[in-house]
Parts: sequence; structure tokens; C-alpha cells
Amino acid sequence: MKQRTLVVVSAGLSQPSSTRLLADRLAAATVDAAAERAIELHVKTIELRDLAHDITNHLLTGFPAGALREALEAVAGADGVIAVSPIFTASYSGLFKSFFDVIDKDALVDKPVLIAATAGTARHSLALEHALRPMFAYLRAVVVPTAVFAAGDDWGADSSDGFLQSRVARAAAELATEVGRREPAAVADPFALTVDFQDLLK
Amino acid sequence: MQFGIFSVSDITTDPTTGRTPTEHERIKNIVTIAKHAEEVGLDVFALGEHHNEPFFSSSPTTTLAYIAAQTEKLLLSTATTLITTNDPVKIAEDYAMLQHLSEGRVDLMMGRGNTGPVYPWFGKDIRAGIPLAIENYALLHRLWREHVVDWQGKFRTPLQSFTSTPRPLDEVPPFVWHGSIRSPEIAEQAAFYGDGFFANHIFWPASHTQRMIELYRQRFAHYGHGDPDQAIVGLGGQVFIRKNSQDAVKEFRPYFDNAPVYGHGPSMEDFTRETPLTVGSPQEVIDRTLGFREYVGDYQRQLFLMDHAGLPLKTVLEQLDLLGSDVVPVLRKEFAALKPAHVPDAPTHASLLAKHAEELAKEEVAA
Repeated sequence: MKQRTLVVVSAGLSQPSSTRLLADRLAAATVDAAAERAIELHVKTIELRDLAHDITNHLLTGFPAGALREALEAVAGADGVIAVSPIFTASYSGLFKSFFDVIDKDALVDKPVLIAATAGTARHSLALEHALRPMFAYLRAVVVPTAVFAAGDDWGADSSDGFLQSRVARAAAELATEVGRREPAAVADPFALTVDFQDLLK
Repeated sequence: MQFGIFSVSDITTDPTTGRTPTEHERIKNIVTIAKHAEEVGLDVFALGEHHNEPFFSSSPTTTLAYIAAQTEKLLLSTATTLITTNDPVKIAEDYAMLQHLSEGRVDLMMGRGNTGPVYPWFGKDIRAGIPLAIENYALLHRLWREHVVDWQGKFRTPLQSFTSTPRPLDEVPPFVWHGSIRSPEIAEQAAFYGDGFFANHIFWPASHTQRMIELYRQRFAHYGHGDPDQAIVGLGGQVFIRKNSQDAVKEFRPYFDNAPVYGHGPSMEDFTRETPLTVGSPQEVIDRTLGFREYVGDYQRQLFLMDHAGLPLKTVLEQLDLLGSDVVPVLRKEFAALKPAHVPDAPTHASLLAKHAEELAKEEVAA
């Protein structure tokens, strides 16, 4: 089995949160889909709520403290990412955006990403397509075609074999395929010298 | 080892009184601070250069010359000189002049400046920050070493048969440090020339400083200037000292909480853990500062930031008293005891002059 890492970023604020619930279902489905492709996925889940102060501090000071530094390194080093935000006022939450504002601009290049969101009603569902997908396109991530949206209704009694579950399975399979076709993620060293000084002098 | 202070020249409201010093007050105060640095036994005073509010120091050689006239031993430096937006010809002239007037008590620290809008005010573009720093310094380096310079580059008008005047004092150019927080190209530049490298260090995690200095030391050896541990390293530091640790914490907290750069962000405790900031007793400052050596190796210059965030003049002078009486004498002794003999001191005009005379003598023997 190939060994790969999956990092799940959940921006849910309440505890327990439906955002985290969706994130966990997507992660479990991706682990299963990966196993079918002979990949063992190691999952790390990041709750942005726990990092909210550090994220604000990073915006103000320009560097990540302790736990946030580890979270950013985990995302940069991941072979696949699941990013889940609640939809607030027609878009991703400010906390979700702030986390991706402080991540290195090259950290997600060619990285397979599954985007997902939660909200009270299905009227918010296209926020995935008009907000999350373009943001990850800007970061040059490879966002899988299926984005997963869960409204209040989707958590109903028949959800286990309902539309949500089929979307989860489809998105997870797409993510597992993208992870499977890539070499393990390599992280560039920001302090490495990439130029020859003689060339700079010319 | 050299100890001193550096100022970014900010004009900041004192958060405990709501009072903002005038430019005039702050300018007169910086002269008082520099003179007091010499009185308490510090070696170096370095002044920033900025061309935007809320900073006053747009004309550092004027200020430094005025300070030089009122001091005897204090080494005057910059933190930093903008090698990107200044004309290297003017830097060559201004600092050679300062060198003469101060009897060689001057060196410089080159920096790029990180405020985008400032660049176009001087006809430059921040996106070319690194190429500007490389080309301008290459020219400056020649102007101080070659009597007549013909030169052509990308960023300024060509020079034909140009001689920068006055010539450097005793034909020895001022020593140069290159400052950068996280641009490996600048560590490389310092290493290439065998110049000093100064890590700002403050406001950033120690891991940045460690990596940059490691790179500089390796490349210094690569370019044949000596062993990695013979490279010339300077560090910034930020302290607030009172005899009792708790008094320091209590007094500094409102300045910390409202400071430019990091105010309204992390707690003072978080920032103390993550960066070199030390707020406490002389012994705590001594222990923390000695600890820098563990991740950068033996180094040559330690500058402290003492006069920012709206601290009143009286407090800054008291801080210098404590630094001079309770901290620096111990640090001098401890660092000297730890430093191996083959690690050089920071170059001064006297040491560079001696080296220059030695080289001339060798050339004569060879001829």
C-alpha cells in the first residue's frame, strides 16, 4: 500500500458542528476510496476554531505561532486536502478565508482539494462554486469536480442512503484518484538559495 | 563583542498618557539617547532611515554627524540604509563624508525597505527590490574602492570617469552589514563580499534568524573569507528591564499592547515566547541574550531596540542606565569567555586600517 497523508480543515464554530460532521464523513469516505486504490491515507484534522487567535495574530505580526505553524506545515505537506466551511453571509466564513490568507501562496500548487460547505438551507449551495472554488483556483490547487454541500435537510432521517451520501462517495472517489496519481507532496524550503549570485550580479 | 542600541525612529503616542511627542522633540531626544548610550558604556548607536510618517529619520547622516560631534568613542551605524531607493553614488559620498567627520566611527547596515509606496517616490519599484539591492551595492562597493569608475547598469544613469568624493578615510571604506529577515539572496550577498550579516531577529521567531545565519556562514566560507564561525554576525534584540521582573512586566504591558507592528495581537507572554523580546530583570535579559549564541554561534554585535512604542525619554534613559550598569558588563564578560580565539571581533576603522596596511606591505614585497 502507498502511504499518503490527508489533511482535513474544518472551519465549524459550534461544538459539535455540522461542518465537522461533514468533514469527518468526507474523510472516512476518502480513506475507504483510497484503500480501494491501494493507498493507506493518514488523516489529520485541523479545527480552525482552536487556531482562531493564532490566525488573527499571524495577520497582525506576519508569522505563525506554535500550533498554527504546525497546522500550516501539515497542509503544505499533505497529499490531499479536504476543506470545509460554513457559509456565512453568502460566502465562506471569515475564519476559513483568514486561514487560507496566511498560508504560503505556493503551498497548495497542484494539491488535490475537496471543497465542502454547510449551511441552514440549500439556497447557499452555489457559494461553493462562486467562492471556494475560485479561491482554490487562485492558489492553483486541483479542486475535484464534485463539491459537497450539506444543508439542514441533508442531515434528515434518510440521509444514510440519500443524495448527500452519494455526493460524499463521489467526491471522495475523485479525491482518492487525484491523490493516487501523484508523487508524495514535497515542501519547498523558503530559506533555500535558488539563484546563483553571479547571475544576480549580471 | 560590540553592544549597542538601534532605533527605528518611530513617533508613537505614549499609550499611558495619550501624549504624542512632536517631531522636534523626538529628534532632539534621539540625540540625547545616543549620547547617553556612550555615557553608559555602549559601543554602537544605529539609526533607521524612513521616508514616511510616523518616522522622523529621513536624513540619517545629518543626525549621525551631529551625534558624532558630541561623542568620543561611540560607533555610529544605520538600521538600515536603503540600498534600493537611495542613489548608491549619494550613499558613497554621504557616508565617506561622515566617516571623515567622525574620525572613522561609522559603519552601515544595508536594507531594502518593505513599504511599497515609498519606492515610486524615488522612481523605483518594490518588485525589483532584490535586483536593486544587488546592483546598487555592487556600484557602491566599487565607488569606495576604485578612484575612477566607469559604470553602466539597469537602474541609474551610466557613469563615465566618475570619482566619488571625499575618498574613504585612509582609503578604507566603512564596514558594511547587510540586513534581512528572510531573503536568502541578501545572506548570499553579505557572504559574497565577506561583509557582515545582521539579522533583525526581533518581531520574528528565532528559527528565521537561525536559518538565515546558517546560510550566511556556509556561503561566507564557500566564498573563501574564512571558516563559517569566522563570519561577522550581528543580532537585534528587544528588552524592557527593571530590577524586579514583575515591575518590568507591569510597566511595559501597555506599551506592548498598543505598540506598532505587534500591538492588539498576541499577548506579551506569547510574543516573549515566540520572539526574542525579553521583559524582566537584568538577570533574565542576560540569560536570554546569552541563549542567542546557542542558535547563531559566536557573534560580533548585539543591538537592542529601546526607544520605540511611545516610551518616554526618561524611561528610555533609565533603560540605558540598567543596560549599561547591570546587563552589558556581564554579557561582555560571559561572551568573551565563551568565544574561541579564532573567531574575530567586528571590524572597526582601526582594524580595517591595519589590515589595509598589511596588504599594502605584502604588495610591496611582491613587487
